[in-house]
Amino acid sequence: MKKKTDHFSWWMYALYALILAAVMLLCICVGSVNIPLKNTLTVMWNTLWGLELPQGVSKNIILKVRLPRVMNVALVGACLSLCGAAMQGLLRNPLADGTTLGVSSGASLGAVIALAFGVALPGMENAGTVGMAIVFAFLSLLLILSLSYVLDRSMSTHSIILIGVIFSMFTSSAMNLIITFAQEQVKSIVFWTMGSLSGTHYRHSLLLAAGLLVCGGIIFGHARELNAFAVGEDNARHIGVNVIKVKLTILIAVSVLIGICVSVSGTIGFVGLVMPHMTRMVVGPNHKRLLVSSVFSGAVFLMLADLAARTLLSPVELSIGVVTSLVGAVAFIIIFYRTRKAG
Amino acid sequence: MLKGEHVTVRYGDHTVVNDLSFHLREGMWLMLAGPNGAGKSSLIHAVSQGVPYGGVITLEGKDVRRYKPTQLAQKIGVLSQKNNVGYAFSVEEVVSLGRYAHARGFLAGKDEQGDAQVEYALELTGLTGLRKANALKLSGGEMQRMFLAQVFAQDPSILILDEPANHLDLVYQKHIFSLISEWLKTPGRAVLSVVHDLNLAKKYGTHAVLMNNGSCVAQGELAQVLTPQNLQTVYNMDVYGWMREMLAQWQ
Repeated sequence: MKKKTDHFSWWMYALYALILAAVMLLCICVGSVNIPLKNTLTVMWNTLWGLELPQGVSKNIILKVRLPRVMNVALVGACLSLCGAAMQGLLRNPLADGTTLGVSSGASLGAVIALAFGVALPGMENAGTVGMAIVFAFLSLLLILSLSYVLDRSMSTHSIILIGVIFSMFTSSAMNLIITFAQEQVKSIVFWTMGSLSGTHYRHSLLLAAGLLVCGGIIFGHARELNAFAVGEDNARHIGVNVIKVKLTILIAVSVLIGICVSVSGTIGFVGLVMPHMTRMVVGPNHKRLLVSSVFSGAVFLMLADLAARTLLSPVELSIGVVTSLVGAVAFIIIFYRTRKAG
Repeated sequence: MLKGEHVTVRYGDHTVVNDLSFHLREGMWLMLAGPNGAGKSSLIHAVSQGVPYGGVITLEGKDVRRYKPTQLAQKIGVLSQKNNVGYAFSVEEVVSLGRYAHARGFLAGKDEQGDAQVEYALELTGLTGLRKANALKLSGGEMQRMFLAQVFAQDPSILILDEPANHLDLVYQKHIFSLISEWLKTPGRAVLSVVHDLNLAKKYGTHAVLMNNGSCVAQGELAQVLTPQNLQTVYNMDVYGWMREMLAQWQ
């Protein structure tokens, strides 16, 4: 009998890492000022080992502007894509994702409230915003799922998404209401809701990486359960999955991660919807392969989207959400059409 | 092995299973029979912990509610009426999920006995050739065989079936029922099933619970339960006469 394995072999991971590194370097080199690859590599290498930097190299652009931004973009893309993959498996719904289910807008509302009313937690500069975004992300998810359960016991794909959309509208009204009355903080709120990663710092990378490590670890640890949920929730219960506990664990991990992303970058739509889906077409639905692949594809996609946002209409910089939503909306319709035809 | 006492299932104000007791012993194939809406499937859902219920169901003397989900799944396997798959998993992947309760966590990949069990289940259900096939593209019969294979891979001692051969061609109906009756021959096993078709119930069952409007009308050995009088009460028609009339067409 041949040896079976659900995981990739090591060279697949090596390939992912290679692509990731290549795209990352590309995004650091290209921009309003193009920097030769050699200079970029020299700066990064020398800084890493504490060596002297040669004269005439754009150290500040690379280390203070591009690198933190590209890292944050990659991390946000990875997190959002992972969350989308987990939710699509858990709810057995290829259209599930933070934006379509209203979790992202819930998190935004939380963050806006924190900005407008100056909610602060001790410890970190933005802890209030982060905390509120996480709490609101989870509450939104809970509210949307329980509402759809009450209205439609079978919790069908369409009712969950419908309620998610309505909830998003509600939260955006609430957000506008707050913006209307919060005159002093309007500028910071509006800047933040546009969804941008320019001007983010290394401390954001640290927060995102920690979130990805902890929540991502929890999600990865449940790959088998996600497979069972993706086959069917009843079937998952029959084979011995602790359905309620696993569902709650994954939902909490997902909302925390989305909350962190939203608090750093604002709402970036559709990454979590499109990337897991496209990844699934390539590697198949088995979550042992899908989750890790989604992390990489999400990171690569968002880095390229950010690059497009920075360079396409240069010197005007687009919001990254514009690019992802343009690509995402088209992809959404294609996915919807295909699943309807298949179902 | 499995015992239900005063089991009651309610959906809102509507009582679908009313104070029903049953006892499944080793070697038994207990058929839950009765017309549409009698509460057969709801009783099955209660046993498989899919709906909240009143009363007590015990497995080997211990309340099933006190079992961990994995412990319960090692002893009870469920094959439901309607099965479909969410994404394009391969047949093998779906069948292997049956091993979940036996090998979890990081050792899951090295479950040697599990691999053999999956292999055996695929072979038994005639799916070895379809192991790499896309589960979304299976026919109704193949789909049901795949989930039966999953239950066999799970290797429980009690099999719970909710209309396992519903919507299946006769050839698959026969195939699935003979597979299950072969499976039952190993000591220490039992089957509890909902079967709509009284012919199948009569051919394969050893015991029966006849239900109507959520309550038990009769239970015991099959021959004592499916009597002309009992069936007349429940179905409000001469079932024996109808069955003979049907059979006469083939002579």
